[in-house]
Amino acid sequence: MNKKQKLMLKRIIIASLLLIALQFVPITGVLQLICFLAIYGIIGYDILWKSWKGICNKQVFDENFLMAVATIGAFALAIYEQSGDYNEAIAVMLFYQIGELFQSYAVGKSRRNITALMDIRPDYANIEVDGQLTKVDPYDVAVGDIIVVQPGEKVPLDGIVLDGKASLDTSALTGESVPRNVVVGDEITSGCININGVLKIRTTKEFDDSTVAKILELVENATSRKSKSENFISKFARVYTPFVCYSALALAILPPLVNQFIWQVGANWEIWVYRALTFLVISCPCALVISVPLSFFAGIGGASKEGILVKGSNYLEALSKIKYVVFDKTGTLTHGVFQVSAVHHNTLAQEKLLEYAALAECASSHPISLSLQRAHKGEIDRNRVTDIQEISGHGIVAKVDGKSVAVGNDKLMDQLHVAYKSCHSTGTIIHIAINNDYAGHIVISDVIKPQSKEAIQALKKAGIKKTVMLTGDRDSVAQEVAHELAIDEVHSQLLPADKVTQVENLLTAKEKDSNLAFVGDGINDAPVLTRADIGIAMGAMGSDAAIEAADVVLMDDNPRNIAKAINIAKKCMSIVYENIIFAISIKALCLLLGAVGIANMWFAIFADVGVMILAVMNAIRALNVKNC
Amino acid sequence: MKRNYKIEVDCANCANLMEEATKKTAGVANAVVNFMTQKMIVEFEDGQDPKAVMEEVLKNCRKVESDCEIEF
Repeated sequence: MNKKQKLMLKRIIIASLLLIALQFVPITGVLQLICFLAIYGIIGYDILWKSWKGICNKQVFDENFLMAVATIGAFALAIYEQSGDYNEAIAVMLFYQIGELFQSYAVGKSRRNITALMDIRPDYANIEVDGQLTKVDPYDVAVGDIIVVQPGEKVPLDGIVLDGKASLDTSALTGESVPRNVVVGDEITSGCININGVLKIRTTKEFDDSTVAKILELVENATSRKSKSENFISKFARVYTPFVCYSALALAILPPLVNQFIWQVGANWEIWVYRALTFLVISCPCALVISVPLSFFAGIGGASKEGILVKGSNYLEALSKIKYVVFDKTGTLTHGVFQVSAVHHNTLAQEKLLEYAALAECASSHPISLSLQRAHKGEIDRNRVTDIQEISGHGIVAKVDGKSVAVGNDKLMDQLHVAYKSCHSTGTIIHIAINNDYAGHIVISDVIKPQSKEAIQALKKAGIKKTVMLTGDRDSVAQEVAHELAIDEVHSQLLPADKVTQVENLLTAKEKDSNLAFVGDGINDAPVLTRADIGIAMGAMGSDAAIEAADVVLMDDNPRNIAKAINIAKKCMSIVYENIIFAISIKALCLLLGAVGIANMWFAIFADVGVMILAVMNAIRALNVKNC
Repeated sequence: MKRNYKIEVDCANCANLMEEATKKTAGVANAVVNFMTQKMIVEFEDGQDPKAVMEEVLKNCRKVESDCEIEF
């Protein structure tokens, strides 16, 4: 509790005690009025002051005004009727303040809990200077400094491992409990916890640019991007309060006038004014205005714990309406790491063929070249290779041990007039020709991620109408992967611009109320990510570009998290709608009851506070996303 | 130019009113008030002095919510 809240609590306690005490003191008339007014002053002075200032600033119609009018009216009524029953007015103010205090406390506590949950910030760094370790503030560490992270500590800044090896717990970033191993030369991300080794790291970024700080900023700012529901509630509240004030006024004036002049019966002013006051008390829109943003805050916080960063409340809302998911193949559904899976029709020993291929490809960093280099078990002696020519879209021609070696696709073989043998296996076929004689071909295939199949099934369970896969890879490969994963539609052999066209076609074809998500690795897919209703980047841990490009960022590279993100969004939205419907219908019911005289002011206050408490508790549910 | 400010405001409704009041202040191109994080993002029009504009913003916000605070 902060200072303001503590003071309010004291005021409430004092006023309650005095009120109870006054019940037993037998005073009447003016003295009694003064005592009650004193208590009223203690409990209500700030409301009266705020409503006065509101009127002066032309901001007449707000909660404070409603409360002031209701309670002053009740006092006036009691004086007019000479009933001496001032309890009601004070009780109304008292319960209102209790309600406000509770709301302020509940919201503050929830906010602090959610923020603490998301707090993955490391508190210190160990800098090594001349062999000595000193604990410093992570903000004070410069790029290029050497820091040491011991077992159990959090990695404070992004960097490169200089010495040591360890297992890292990445769950703070990815929500994933499977540890990742790092060795010398690996990049290491801030926020991970060092499980078991001593690591010496050279920092590559300052604290503010490190992954941890960026994620925190992202999640914090996410709730500033308001959803359609929140905008609706804001507009509603702006219209609602004046509407209720005027309605209350009408309720107080019209029925008595009608009674007096049309039905020619007694006006019954007291009853109708009382009802109008009760009306005012019930009308406060707090429950709605508090619970909707709180739900989104909890939803986004809960998602970030699972390694799913949603960049805006509006994206969380849009996620819940996803009916179409479009995937990039390489790197998203597959590992994107090519492997040699077979060697066919080789005229020399397999190892020899691989050796020649690896040597010819030794200067290239193309994924296919890298896989060829990896497949060759021995050393790659670059001195054996000369005159390397990389022919774009075709392959490589080089001189290895004096022999002319050509490594490439069908087109390369055609260009060199070498008759090649095609392959019935799916995969990328790399032909080798040595001194223009065909020497065989190597089959290289991409490996599907083990979780991809389950991921697609989970999506179907989550209500996705159609899954689509886009790839620049060959049709046979694409079809095989799609078949294996049970994907509904495949488009292959696409250039990057074609992918955008495909997504646009799908967008035109879909129904108005459903959304389309594109899932990629973020780095090469920026245009498509922007074009889709929601762009989802996977495997973003350590990739600033991916975090920048997408609307939803999955820190882990497990495709199963896509369905999880959608389910989290759906849960959050159902809580939001529950709260909106609940709050509005209960309020409407109570307003009706108040207008016809069934509900009195006590009931009114309880209705108001009760609805607000329930709405806040319901909103907090959005934090539990473990089982989504 | 966009700036992020820490604010103190008690109720969500008041936060919305503050956002309205800030948007209407001279020199402000756009504003977002985030009640949950108690932060306000203000986008200033070209050539405006943030400090001067924020003085006006605080005045306007105090009219709708006399208890509010803005750290600038």
